[in-house]
Amino acid sequence: MYKPSVTTYTPHSSVSNPLAMLVQMFRDLARSRDLGWRLAVRDIQAQYRQAYLGVIWAFIAPLSTTITWLFLNGTGIISVGETELPYPVYIITGTILWSIMIDAMNAPLQQTNAARDMLAKLNFPREGILLSGLYQVLFNSGIKLIILICALLVLGITPGWGLLLFPLGILSLVLVGTVIGLLITPIGMLYTDIGRAVPLFMNFVMYLTPVVFPMPKEGWVATLFQINPMTPIILTARDWLTGFPPDYLMYFLGVNAVALFLLILAWSAYRLAMPILIERMSS
Amino acid sequence: MTDSLIQVEGLSKKFCRSLKRSLWYGLHDIGSELRGGQRNNTNELRAEEFWSVKDISFEVNRGDCLALIGPNGAGKSTLLRMLNGLIKPDQGQITMRGRINALIALGAGFNPVLTGKENVYVNGSVLGFTKKEIDEKYETIVEFSELRDFMDTPVRNYSSGMNVRLGFAVAAQMEPDVLLLDEVLAVGDAGFRAKCFNTIMDIMQHAAVIFVSHSMPQIARVASKVLVMEHGRCILQTSDVGKAMETYYSTFTQCEAQQQISGNGKSTPRWIRLEDLSGNQINKVAFAAPFNVSCGLAIDPGIKEYRVQLDIRSREQQLVLQFSSEMDGVAFNKTGDVVVKVGINAMRLSPGQYVMNLFVADAQTHEVLLAFRECLSFEVTGNIVGYAPVSQSGDWTLEPAR
Repeated sequence: MYKPSVTTYTPHSSVSNPLAMLVQMFRDLARSRDLGWRLAVRDIQAQYRQAYLGVIWAFIAPLSTTITWLFLNGTGIISVGETELPYPVYIITGTILWSIMIDAMNAPLQQTNAARDMLAKLNFPREGILLSGLYQVLFNSGIKLIILICALLVLGITPGWGLLLFPLGILSLVLVGTVIGLLITPIGMLYTDIGRAVPLFMNFVMYLTPVVFPMPKEGWVATLFQINPMTPIILTARDWLTGFPPDYLMYFLGVNAVALFLLILAWSAYRLAMPILIERMSS
Repeated sequence: MTDSLIQVEGLSKKFCRSLKRSLWYGLHDIGSELRGGQRNNTNELRAEEFWSVKDISFEVNRGDCLALIGPNGAGKSTLLRMLNGLIKPDQGQITMRGRINALIALGAGFNPVLTGKENVYVNGSVLGFTKKEIDEKYETIVEFSELRDFMDTPVRNYSSGMNVRLGFAVAAQMEPDVLLLDEVLAVGDAGFRAKCFNTIMDIMQHAAVIFVSHSMPQIARVASKVLVMEHGRCILQTSDVGKAMETYYSTFTQCEAQQQISGNGKSTPRWIRLEDLSGNQINKVAFAAPFNVSCGLAIDPGIKEYRVQLDIRSREQQLVLQFSSEMDGVAFNKTGDVVVKVGINAMRLSPGQYVMNLFVADAQTHEVLLAFRECLSFEVTGNIVGYAPVSQSGDWTLEPAR
């Protein structure tokens, strides 16, 4: 017999029943797969239909960073320490991997902002927006990686068996980026300051991560580099890609475990904050 | 069997007037939401807050339609957004059974660069259809929207009316148990509007409907119950639609006619008033009761012959009735100060507020000597509900069938 579903809305927070909330979260996630895919396809199609250079835009930014640093290092303005990899390979892998993390970090706030209109008027599983962002990040990363691997082959680097683990490295970059992005989204939707401050801050963090130059060997800066949770994520992904054994595997696994846990928290926070954010959007 | 699909009990919601504070409270609310506590002592208003919706309770059964009416800012849309689950109530509870759909934002998620067809799929997903469902309904959608030739055109080349058509065509495929409607019927051209209306009427028969509109004729046609809101509170809940409209109109400050005079100046108004049959000034007319309109005019001596016309508009600025001396075959030729009087036997306008316009035109050149807009406002009283603005009386007979 047809038993209609019952929907109830009360002022109480659903945190008071965490288990039910988790079940609901995963149910909504499953329900929004179709929507997430559809929205991602829409955005990707629209993006490429309006641009001649299309795919190229995905790696122009990391490419320009690479060229800048090659120039700085080559002219001796800044002297970068010895790297095990040829320096151009070091920068290009670093910047592309870093840009994947940054893309993942920007996605939740960007996507939520872009969907304001829909959010304020329609009730659909909000996870669809996050999924759509995730799919787009993965799509763009795929393109960047294809280019990156071609570039490596040209530069004479043959990835070893570690390449099989490399997708894990990418997933962990996306995971860490998404967690940070999700955590700042609720506040970022209220105050635009967040959207401006975070990229600046991350720019700073980039220089504390072995992205464009290698880890300092000693001093308090070296310690800072080693504590920085981005370090193992970038290094491990790069090692897997270029055929070196990863040095920071344990720390890498630890950071990912914490990130997974934070993901659940950030995701719940996003859901719980949404009605309050929508209250403050125009209808 | 009554099949109660929507139950709302003691629903309240507060809003904040100042943006800065509202954002700050938002931060607090997110905090307490995460801690799992109830939001800020929910009975108290913080500085600069007010009740946008306060203590609303109602119930809607399957097949019933509850209309929400009230002046702008009465809290109707807030209430609808709570029902739609977009924002959380501060007090009270909403319980709904079955599939809930809202016809509020047509064409949500449309991307202007993509073609109509692609956008149908996007919009469908947002409304909760699976790809398979949209595949099945695609033909119907195209048929309904009457945009077959444009399905491969980017939506940004659509006119706004076409956009709405396509959006409605997708939304019309929903089969909800609970339907929330917000002023969507005012879209598209007349032909399409009628089509939309009929579709919604079809859906309504099997659903519990909540309907927000400012169009009283629409409400009179579809609503089985009306809830009149003002300043967030329910001031009347009734199934007597006529009474509800009267209450709704009473929420406006008595409409002072916004008198406006134009024309070529060869006629100027001295005064105008409604009179009962003994000549006393009135501003209320009972339904179908006789009365006179009397008007003092100054007419330029150069005018040979002139005609007078009165027309009547509803509060929604809809032209509902006219009295024309020309149609009655009457023209006047006396100039100087005159008093024009027209006796009206039985004006069968639906009860409500109306305004009157007066026009004087040269009968030969048709030049407008005087256009006196909103020269007076008046009320028609009565206990009947008119679904149309005017009810004409007819001779009713009954014969046995042969």
